[in-house]
Amino acid sequence: MSRPEPAQAQDAAHQPPYLSAARVLDLDPLLDDPRTRIVVCCGSGGVGKTTTAAALGLRAAERGRKVVVLTIDPARRLAQSMGIDSLDNTPRRVKGVEGDGELHAMMLDMKRTFDEIVEAHADRDRAAAILGNPFYQSLSAGFAGTQEYMAMEKLGQLRSRDEWDLIVVDTPPSRSALDFLDAPKRLGSFLDGKLIRVLLAPAKVGGRAGMKFLNVGMSMMTGALGKLLGGQLLKDVQTFVAAMDSMFGGFRTRADATYKLLQAPGTAFLVVAAPERDALREAAYFVERLAAEDMPLAGLVLNRVHGSGADRLSAERALAAAENLEDSGIVDQEDGKAGLRNSPDRQDSSASAASGPPDTGASAPDAGSPAGTDTEDSATEDAPRAAVQHVERSVDQLTAGLLRLHAERMRLLTRERRTRDRFTALHPEVAVAEVAALPGDVHDLVGLRDIGNRLAAHRHELPAPELPDRAAES
Amino acid sequence: MSRLQVVSGKGGTGKTTVAAALALALATEGKRALLVEVEGRQGIAQLFETEALPYEERKIAVAPGGGEVYALAIDPELALLDYLQMFYKMGGAGRALKKLGAIDFATTIAPGLRDVLLTGKACEAVRRKDRSGRFVYDHVVMDAPPTGRITRFLNVNDEVAGLARIGPIHNQAQAVMRVLKSAETAVHLVTLLEEMPVQETADGIAELRAARLPVGRVIVNMVRPGVLDDADLDLVRSVPRAAVAKSLSSAGLGGARRGGTAQRLVDPLLAQADEYAERYALEQEQRAALAALELPVHELPLLAEGMDLAGLYALARGLREQDLS
Repeated sequence: MSRPEPAQAQDAAHQPPYLSAARVLDLDPLLDDPRTRIVVCCGSGGVGKTTTAAALGLRAAERGRKVVVLTIDPARRLAQSMGIDSLDNTPRRVKGVEGDGELHAMMLDMKRTFDEIVEAHADRDRAAAILGNPFYQSLSAGFAGTQEYMAMEKLGQLRSRDEWDLIVVDTPPSRSALDFLDAPKRLGSFLDGKLIRVLLAPAKVGGRAGMKFLNVGMSMMTGALGKLLGGQLLKDVQTFVAAMDSMFGGFRTRADATYKLLQAPGTAFLVVAAPERDALREAAYFVERLAAEDMPLAGLVLNRVHGSGADRLSAERALAAAENLEDSGIVDQEDGKAGLRNSPDRQDSSASAASGPPDTGASAPDAGSPAGTDTEDSATEDAPRAAVQHVERSVDQLTAGLLRLHAERMRLLTRERRTRDRFTALHPEVAVAEVAALPGDVHDLVGLRDIGNRLAAHRHELPAPELPDRAAES
Repeated sequence: MSRLQVVSGKGGTGKTTVAAALALALATEGKRALLVEVEGRQGIAQLFETEALPYEERKIAVAPGGGEVYALAIDPELALLDYLQMFYKMGGAGRALKKLGAIDFATTIAPGLRDVLLTGKACEAVRRKDRSGRFVYDHVVMDAPPTGRITRFLNVNDEVAGLARIGPIHNQAQAVMRVLKSAETAVHLVTLLEEMPVQETADGIAELRAARLPVGRVIVNMVRPGVLDDADLDLVRSVPRAAVAKSLSSAGLGGARRGGTAQRLVDPLLAQADEYAERYALEQEQRAALAALELPVHELPLLAEGMDLAGLYALARGLREQDLS
């Protein structure tokens, strides 16, 4: 893939909404490539990570691959759309997938995953001791952090089963999107650390001559820990650590293996973001971090982008035109009464709602408009002159509303573009796929398929750097 | 008004912004509010356009009427050392613990302890009094973890009190829970008028209630202005395109004839109106779902120009006008 052309200097007002100096992320070749074995979707919370992961999984499956999607904490209806609302920690085949491929989906059950590791790596008595330990029960039930370890553990398990061509994994909604990268390392450093030895001290350290100084320190430490934690909790922790001791090597090995797996050529990271300052800041941070860790970044998925088919009409011009219509309405109104407000149900519409300062109250349009609009509509056909005038007035008013709506859209679009361009200026090497904002949420495979199309078809939507007349195309 | 105001919400709903606006709103008339960040993102500093906050309470804004907003980004590691020193005079032991990796363990590997420290520090600020016996802060506003984790986060001390059945941690955990479960605390949830955040809000409220944590209010953020009303939307479905083209043309936007500039605007503008209609209907459904929660619901507008300091003050004013502070 070639480097992007440098951005051409353009009049800001004439930049098309999708224009960007960034490369376009072409997702189909990535999904189709048999060498792609893992796609990791990461990003801050609320940007549509899980939906993106599910849509990519479905798309890859419908393009013929055998795919499993590992979701961490899907919204209920999204999970239902894939038929995985049962939380049993194993991949289930999704019905309704078209084509030769297969889609499987699963939802991570942290506690179950943790329990399975214990059961698989400790003999029965020891496993029972661990599973019954109160400290273990708290830890495994999902304090923040456990999710990250277990997500990576599950990914490692799925990959080693080698049953799927492609694993698409969603990452936990962490404090920081990077937590899951750090989790295996943190576990490793803990396992190598001195603390473990301190905690195991009563059982292990006694007697070695060279360790004498350390021993004094350690008994002081356990004393301090005991004072702090309360003797019984310390005992629980110690029992837990002692019971887990035999398994630590396994943890360590697998954590390292998973980390290496993330760096392997078959892995592709997709950073998911929305065109908002915070989400893109997090995305930029992630991009830098992935580079530092030698993890392969495929690109950025920018969700919820607002475009417009009429993007040549600026917010300012649209507003001025709306005002024109409204003003002329008042001037032309022969009876000189309320002007364009002659229909009572319009009293409060466009003019007051959109021109004032941001309305802090609930500025929802009046839901209970009086009936009477129907007569307006039916009057369109053949009506007395007065009614025609009335309809024209309504059309002007509607048009003013359309223009105000457009102005609002253009302001949003301009802000989103600015935010995105800041990101692409800093990271021109990152390929970007933009997905238009949808009015509603995704509830079924049809919706996911639609998102998949948008993800992959984006390149066709990109206008050339010189602005084409998009309004003419529609 | 509760002295500890916890602000949670699904990711992406703007809970940091709402927490900051709430702190500003609460700090009017000479009051002092502390805005606490627990997730180490430095979101507060970015919002107030200042450098990254240290682990130190520092004044970051003056509210209208002379109130003050202080901010604190809680660092779990420093909070632990602080806590060891404050309660056990164990500052030295803290250093030794750090060398051992125990601090790392406590603040990252055993994440429950991390939450203990974060909630503990916030509650300490709530209870702190000056020499004359007055509370140092009239209000503490916490920018808390997201809805999916909030109940567990706030309830962590119950869990700890169960784990450590005696000793200082047990006592400390219980003291924190006494604050969190009292009328001194209110947990607010920030949402958008979209299905997933609203669903998560409903689930979060059910969890909070089951854990007997005091639920405060629902704050709907980024509400878009109403531009078209029901009558407009009816008309959108039936209006002749030529009429709209003519109207656009009369507004000075070019020719209304086929291929004219105004005529070419009609389809995209009507398509935007259709999208608006769809979204508007969904928003009304979500409003109804929120009303069914039987909690006070407040709305804050979407700021078209994006979030900046002026916008933050505007939101604070909005909260005050809605009597949220």
